[in-house]
Amino acid sequence: MTERVRPASARAQPHTTDRSRPDVRAVLAVLRRWLVRGARRIAHLWRASLQFRVVTSTMLLGLVVVVMLGSYLFSTISDGLEADRTESAKIEASRLTSEVQATFEDSDRTTAADLNLLAQQAITSAAAPGGDTERFLIFTRGLGNTNSNVVQTTYTGRVRLPSVPIELRQAVRDDPRHQQVTLIGIPSAQGDSTVPAVLVGSVVDVPLAGRYDLYAVFPMEREESTLALITRTFTIGGLVLVLLVGAIAWVVTRQVVNPVRRAAIVAERLSSGRLNERMRARGEDDLALLAKSFNEMADSLQTQIRQLEGLSRVQQRFVSDVSHELRTPLTTIRMAVDLIYDSRSGFEPAVARSAELLRGELDRFEELLADLLEISRFDAGAAALDVDATDVRDSVARAVEAARPIAERWGSAVTVSTEGPTVAEIDARRVERILRNLVVNALEHGEGRPVDMAIAGNDTAVAVTVRDHGVGLRPGEAALVFNRFWRADPARARTTGGTGLGLAISLEDARLHEGWLQAWGEPGQGSLFRLTLPRKAGTPISDSPLPLRPTDAPPVPDEPLTSSRPVTVTPGTGPWSAQVGPR
Amino acid sequence: MQVNGRVLVVDDDLALAEMLGIVLRNEGLDVTHVADGATAVQTFRDTRPDLVLLDVMLPGLDGMEVCRRIRAESGVPIVMLTARTDTVDVVVGLESGADDYVVKPFKPQELIARVRARLRRGDEPEPERLEIGDLVIDVAGHSVKRDGQALSLTPLEFDLLVALARKPWQVFTREVLLEQVWGYRHAGDTRLVNVHVQRLRSKIEHDPEHPEIVVTVRGVGYKAGPS
Repeated sequence: MTERVRPASARAQPHTTDRSRPDVRAVLAVLRRWLVRGARRIAHLWRASLQFRVVTSTMLLGLVVVVMLGSYLFSTISDGLEADRTESAKIEASRLTSEVQATFEDSDRTTAADLNLLAQQAITSAAAPGGDTERFLIFTRGLGNTNSNVVQTTYTGRVRLPSVPIELRQAVRDDPRHQQVTLIGIPSAQGDSTVPAVLVGSVVDVPLAGRYDLYAVFPMEREESTLALITRTFTIGGLVLVLLVGAIAWVVTRQVVNPVRRAAIVAERLSSGRLNERMRARGEDDLALLAKSFNEMADSLQTQIRQLEGLSRVQQRFVSDVSHELRTPLTTIRMAVDLIYDSRSGFEPAVARSAELLRGELDRFEELLADLLEISRFDAGAAALDVDATDVRDSVARAVEAARPIAERWGSAVTVSTEGPTVAEIDARRVERILRNLVVNALEHGEGRPVDMAIAGNDTAVAVTVRDHGVGLRPGEAALVFNRFWRADPARARTTGGTGLGLAISLEDARLHEGWLQAWGEPGQGSLFRLTLPRKAGTPISDSPLPLRPTDAPPVPDEPLTSSRPVTVTPGTGPWSAQVGPR
Repeated sequence: MQVNGRVLVVDDDLALAEMLGIVLRNEGLDVTHVADGATAVQTFRDTRPDLVLLDVMLPGLDGMEVCRRIRAESGVPIVMLTARTDTVDVVVGLESGADDYVVKPFKPQELIARVRARLRRGDEPEPERLEIGDLVIDVAGHSVKRDGQALSLTPLEFDLLVALARKPWQVFTREVLLEQVWGYRHAGDTRLVNVHVQRLRSKIEHDPEHPEIVVTVRGVGYKAGPS
């Protein structure tokens, strides 16, 4: 195993070095994608979640407050520490100065060498009395001292004369009676950083040698570490505080947001039909009030929906029962009428004519009953599709054949043109009924002019258009033609019967196929009906293979066109809602 | 063409039953009437009719059940009278054994055409021997045999099989079959064909799920499989 792996990795090596730059680029790209995705996610959360928004803004505001408070406290404390240290440094320095002064005055040394030794002793003894407070001393000849006896500059600790600013030395020279104080930076004990220190300069009179400067350096390492501790404590405390504030905000908003979310969920369930969903209403606060009113609303909605459902069920049931009950006596009448009709040659003319009228009207009555029953079946949701792969051309041919007697009566020619694939998974019986209705409708309103049909298919859909060149439709009528019992022109004489339900049934049939049935029409330009059906049952149609507006129609004028624009009818505006015009 | 025969009308609506009687007698048929389902089967046994007109909605015994019981003991043509056109009802009616159905309200000519089509087999067919798949059909003797073993088909199923077997090269649309076998003059309900093809297949195919004798031609209809 290992033997096989090793050469492979060895071979792979040069590739990886070759690709190192693209790899970096790829990693950057991935990183950028992550960043973008993260930013989008946060932006989405910001928009979508009230809780997230409240918690985030509370935490941000809390952070600002903590930072401001922290920096104010920090500066106050550090100022206080510094002042404190300076004060104690001054006292300490004046004590040291008098100590050193006393050492010189008490001595009786007279030679320079003696003085040097004395200075050394005095400084060393003054520098380290205990060790708990660290300080460094510099003993040096004052500026402007021209005495011939020179005592060498003496140090204790790690601070040297160059660390003392010249301004301070000048100040000491100019005002020997007072202590001169400044802050300097000295190297730390480890030598890797700078520590602030208080530098106090004062004057010592050395017998025989004149004025000498004594500089006492007090490092502020302790103060520094105290400050660092305070900073650390503050940072941690601040962060904890911000998190706590965030947590509190989260808990508080939860109390408000949760009931609202619950309400949203319940409302969603209600709207999806689960009418028994209710909110939990506990307590007497605003949210309980919300829940209570919400539940009351749901109750009244439920009651109303139940009532309406009941009514519509009763109504559908009634229509269906009536239709069924009518059928048996109607059959008897039918047979009796046909018997009478067949023997009418032996009757008196008036009786014979009556028999003819009786038979004709009975036909109409039967058609109406059949259509009513069909509509009631759609309304009850009892209509089912029985799909099979069918060539729509056959359906068109049969529909045209069925309408032949009407075409002959009107003297209209029916032409059919075909383009593209025409086989689709359809319920042939229903599609044929739609087409028959459309053709008959076109013949009835075509005023004897030709009726043109076109069949075309694309990948997803098959369309059939039926075009007549009759009076056309007035503005707005394209939306009305599918209404039940709607008539284009109430004043027009009824010529070919029809129940007034044909197009309504056709629309329901098309809808059952998840297809479209649309109408176009303009006054004087005739009208066009387009049926578009999915080629595969259940797959939605993206676009129709045929235009709704016929190519031979005049161009659309510029004025607003709500009227002549094709109207896609969304049915289901309520049964029987569109009884326009007299029957 | 006058077709003589005896028809049993089972219908609880007396006016309709009487009217049916008048119309059928005008056609030269002998009509017996029963008003409820419970006595229908017994009357059927007593009168041995050539055809049964059966209302779906009956007091006592449901029309479907009557149909099932008659079918259990006889291949007699049964035409259902129904007030319903809902798919389920029609299919259930056909599956209980009915050969055909007429939806109320029907025209008398329509009913008579349907009745005649079912009775026409009284005419004497010429001796004819057909082969379809591994089946041998004796048209005059009204028998279908596989390896000398007779298969029991109702007259309608037999007619359907014969129609397909006579022209094995031809694809029959459902409409053509409705016209030839059921006697429809105008377009009828193609579900009738589907249901009876299923029933026929369940009797003659080795594997009704993968039919080899009555083959479906998608989008067109049916044809006889290669013999």
